[in-house]
Amino acid sequence: MLDGFLALYIFMLAAFTGYEIIARVPVILHTPLMSGSNFIHGIVLVGAMIALGHAHTAFELAIGFIGVLLGAGNAAGGYVVTERMLEMFKSSKPGQRSREAK
Amino acid sequence: MAWPQTLIDACYFIAALLFILGLKRMSSPRTARGGIVWAGFGMLLAVVATLLLPDMQNRGLIIAAVLVGVAAAWWSGRRVAMTAMPQMVALYNGMGGGAAAAIGASELVSHARDLVAGAPAPNTFPLMPESWSQLHGAAAVAPLSPVALALGVLGALIGSVSFSGSLIAFAKLQGWLDRRFVFPGQQVVNLLVLAAALLMGVALGSGHITIALVCAFFVLALLFGLLMTLPIGGADMPVVISLYNAFTGLAVAFEGFVLQNEAMIIAGMVVGAAGTLLTQLMAKAMNRSIGNVLFGNFGAAAGGAAQAISGSQKPIEAADAAVMMAYAERVVIVPGYGMAVAQAQHKVWEFAQVLIARGVKVKFAIHPVAGRMPGHMNVLLAEAGVPYDLIVDMEDINPEFPVTDVALVIGANDVVNPVAKTDPSSPIYGMPILDVADAKQVIVVKRGKGTGFAGIENALFYADNARMLYGDGQAAAGQLVAELKTLDG
Repeated sequence: MLDGFLALYIFMLAAFTGYEIIARVPVILHTPLMSGSNFIHGIVLVGAMIALGHAHTAFELAIGFIGVLLGAGNAAGGYVVTERMLEMFKSSKPGQRSREAK
Repeated sequence: MAWPQTLIDACYFIAALLFILGLKRMSSPRTARGGIVWAGFGMLLAVVATLLLPDMQNRGLIIAAVLVGVAAAWWSGRRVAMTAMPQMVALYNGMGGGAAAAIGASELVSHARDLVAGAPAPNTFPLMPESWSQLHGAAAVAPLSPVALALGVLGALIGSVSFSGSLIAFAKLQGWLDRRFVFPGQQVVNLLVLAAALLMGVALGSGHITIALVCAFFVLALLFGLLMTLPIGGADMPVVISLYNAFTGLAVAFEGFVLQNEAMIIAGMVVGAAGTLLTQLMAKAMNRSIGNVLFGNFGAAAGGAAQAISGSQKPIEAADAAVMMAYAERVVIVPGYGMAVAQAQHKVWEFAQVLIARGVKVKFAIHPVAGRMPGHMNVLLAEAGVPYDLIVDMEDINPEFPVTDVALVIGANDVVNPVAKTDPSSPIYGMPILDVADAKQVIVVKRGKGTGFAGIENALFYADNARMLYGDGQAAAGQLVAELKTLDG
């Protein structure tokens, strides 16, 4: 499946992708973007779910449960605050606001 | 109701794609709103697919934890004020770091259990387990390859530091912890704690896994996050939060490797890289190196006697200020965090609208670090309804100040301080500033005569073309609006 070098390629390409996406962002969007990227690493929830899904002892269950709880908080909180911030950005020229927002 | 593995892999692939596209769309104000929605769909898809993985147990418990976590975060995220956004990002980011650490912990703990039970020791040579099924087999943790084990431990360390560090950042920005915590030899202590944590990490990574060692490792890692963040002043927190955001991304990517989950690797790595770049941009805007933020204490370097500022602050009445601006051709408003604290942005925008209606060209000038993090002020102005095309970045507005009739500074201080250009002994020397002093007239709305966030005297306030309008930001803006209306009436 995912051998060492294949994983290394994924790591490398993903790193460049992240760098390139941010490089051209106007300062105006830095805060929402930080919040948005904060939401995206909320994918950690998936990993926490897998960990809890394979937990056996009470100790493991407790760790897994806390992990899922925190991961869900990261994902949901990150989404809500990012969406709230981005919702407010408007242009003074009517009609310029993207209709693709939905 | 388990789904076939291919379908689940496809879901992860689409989720990763949506994350990247969403982040891309978030980089333009016109499409940004759509971007977060796309990424949201990706997340939903990934979570549902994970729940339907074939060998998952404890599904009830998982759903319960997800619901509780989502409900709590949703509720807090909905009602938090826009001014408190930086600390909320810190809090949610810390949760992500904690989750990554928890994944690492649960891998290590179940690994320790397997070792006790006499399960096979880690493979020595192949970089990864031979087959997918081995990893997703009935055992909680199939034998981890040395690389996976090492990355898992590293991810747990980074995640723990991000967790406890972000919580401190949150507490500081929230005002629960307003003192810097400094003692002699602090950096030596921090270094020792980090070294001890790393040493234990190496022991764990080489397969000596016991529950006691795992616990000690996490205690030290969390402690290091606390110690590292405590001495950092509030002004530097945005850089720190951004750095921990990148940390969490990396931790997620590493734990994703352990779990062989490509969506986690890609999303985590993208955030890790993007967060690192964002941290650099922020540090640059504040004229601080990342190392300086983390290891140097702000203010300590300001030992040298700062240049004395001669002259006096010259007050102005709201009525005179209003007239000055009403008959100006170009007005640039420079808002700072003080304006947001006073909740004056709505009044200021109302004032700007009256000016615009009179034919005055009004622009808002934003310093990259206005507010508590880059772009924070844009969010606060957007909340008040200011269109984003009236908001101008520092590089674009600075050449315009010489042709600006009136610059209205509201609640901003350090970012307009000319000392940053003239006094090499000042701690903010070299920081790029808004050249407000170049405008024909400057009106500064300020609560009193005190210094700014960084505690530095502002030469602008003593300049010949500067007038001080003392008062609370909201009250002052209200007065200005009222005075403008009497002009028309």
